[in-house]
Amino acid sequence: MKNGGVIDVKGLTKRFGAKTVVDHFDLAVPRGAIYGFLGPNGSGKTTTIRMVCGLLKPDEGAGQVLGFDVLKESASIKERVGYMTQRFSLYEDLSIRENLEFIARLYSLDHVRDRVDASLKSLGLADRAWQLAGTLSGGWKQRLALAACMIHGPELLLLDEPTAGVDPKARRDFWDAIRDYAAEGVTTLVSTHYMDEAVQCDRIAFIAFGKKLIDSKTADIPGAIGLSAWRIEADDLDQATKILKAAGGYDVLARFGAAIHLAGRDDNALAGAVRSIGGLAGLEAEPIEAGLEEAFIYLMAGAADNYANGIERRVG
Amino acid sequence: MLSLSRIRAVFLKELVQMRRDRPTFAIMIMVPIMQLTLFGFAIDTDPRHLPTAVELRDDGPLTRSLLASMRQSDYFEIVAQVATDEEGEALLRSGEVSYLVVIPENFERDFVRGERPQILIAADATDPVAAAGPIAAANEIARRAFAPELDRLPARLRGGAAPIDVVIHRQYNPAGETSMNIVPGLLGIILTMTLIMITSIALTREVERGTIETLLSTPVRAGEIMIGKTTPYILVGVIQTLIVLLAARIVFHIPFIGDPAPFLLALLLFIFTNLMLGYLISTIARTQMQAMQMTFFIFLPSILLSGFMFPFAAMPVWAQAIGEALPITHFLRVVREVMLKGAGFAEIRNDIWPIALILTVLALAALARFRQTLD
Repeated sequence: MKNGGVIDVKGLTKRFGAKTVVDHFDLAVPRGAIYGFLGPNGSGKTTTIRMVCGLLKPDEGAGQVLGFDVLKESASIKERVGYMTQRFSLYEDLSIRENLEFIARLYSLDHVRDRVDASLKSLGLADRAWQLAGTLSGGWKQRLALAACMIHGPELLLLDEPTAGVDPKARRDFWDAIRDYAAEGVTTLVSTHYMDEAVQCDRIAFIAFGKKLIDSKTADIPGAIGLSAWRIEADDLDQATKILKAAGGYDVLARFGAAIHLAGRDDNALAGAVRSIGGLAGLEAEPIEAGLEEAFIYLMAGAADNYANGIERRVG
Repeated sequence: MLSLSRIRAVFLKELVQMRRDRPTFAIMIMVPIMQLTLFGFAIDTDPRHLPTAVELRDDGPLTRSLLASMRQSDYFEIVAQVATDEEGEALLRSGEVSYLVVIPENFERDFVRGERPQILIAADATDPVAAAGPIAAANEIARRAFAPELDRLPARLRGGAAPIDVVIHRQYNPAGETSMNIVPGLLGIILTMTLIMITSIALTREVERGTIETLLSTPVRAGEIMIGKTTPYILVGVIQTLIVLLAARIVFHIPFIGDPAPFLLALLLFIFTNLMLGYLISTIARTQMQAMQMTFFIFLPSILLSGFMFPFAAMPVWAQAIGEALPITHFLRVVREVMLKGAGFAEIRNDIWPIALILTVLALAALARFRQTLD
């Protein structure tokens, strides 16, 4: 491995027609990290991942993935990368076992049967080995997809919104598996727009309109945004919400159980907003440190659906 | 470098998918049987007892002998005797009779004088295949009818040209070939239709279902996908061929005169060429619907310009040029030469290399069209 970084690319750019979907994107992912791509729909997450694994050719940019040239050595990169597509893209008319055997053979693995057995066992798919993939529920399909992209023991996992449409229990199991892989030294790049997935990541890049706006350790994100926050309690929270909405001056208003968290980048405006509900019964308002939740709500709310500005090319 | 392991992976996957797609598999087997039955009826209606009108402008032992001979042949059933041409034409036009046989004036006298009198047979050839048998039989019938009479003639009139002249009027008879041509030809048509269709969706289906994304994210290469996706269907082509050949032998009593080896070579080349043509389509078509349309775009000239339906030599030069570029044209020649005439490698060489050339061009074009990325 050269230069330590599993992914080390600079200036990655992809245009579809007149639209620049990914705009001079730099990405450095250290070995063993779980690196999250956060961003609204159409912000260029999928396109970036596809460029990293050689499924799309970048229009500009250069760099290395696993020490191989991202432009010229796609074949070598593909052999060492496991890519889990956003949409289930294994064969629905093949059984779980047949799908895994097919993929294992494509990677020219030896002892295909044994490997597939082991993989089925470790992911709890053994009982369903002969079930057709098309008849599986979302959670099982996702397990199968993960098993398929892990079958050849990749050094880098690229997961594109892996848990979209999967129930919370399955999602937790999934992330446990990813953590285990990370502990074994597998690097993971995962795109998501779920907050509870984003907090699982060691590091997060926030993307909007094909540009990387923030790239920092997950814990540092609220500070990077420069968010202050207040925790507000009152007897009638609905009333408080109504007044706050009319007053404005904040960026994030979110209900957390019996309290409202109000956050914003402008301290004075935020204080003004808090003053607007001064007369309410049972009011308790205190400044708190802005957390990841507020930060993500802020980020996701701030960048509306990026499809609105154009159509990202769809494949498959 | 192509990897055998990856080719095998794609090959096995296609095999499982083919097995699991029962309706399609059933259709592949049903098509030959259905086509054979449909075309087979046309062939096997070796028509008997066709209603025939006779117009006798002369009468005598020769004429009676001819009529008796016609009845004996089973082809013609004399249902009416007419007095005038108009009457006969009317019957023919209305379809009440399929044939009108006219014995001219002074037929007996001219025959005895050795002047080769004419017998006119007007045939309703709107169904040319059905008409072909009786028409072909007419001369022979006449010859047999007059053979005894001929013996009684002076020696100077025997031996030379036929003693009479059977003139056949038919409105339409394009091929003018025997029905034996059709079943071997059908083999080419069946293989062309089904095999191009089945691989024309090979990649299109992967794109439509989104599975292409998984496929392309693995190390598999264009050539490996191409070989792995086409070769399983060679088996289908071979099964279809067996069905057609068995039917040709058992149902239609068509002999297989030649050596199987040159036939097998041409067959495998032809099957693979069709699969490759379909695969090329699948690299171009964006939807399965488009793939089907392109398949029919190929299919039409394959029927019309290959010599299956119309005699190749009778086509205009430009049509022949298109025909020469179609693999089926060459295959049909090989099949007919080998099956019916017993040709060997030397005779079919000139039709083998064009198929091989077309195959090579198609494979290269498909590889050039294949995109290794999702761009």
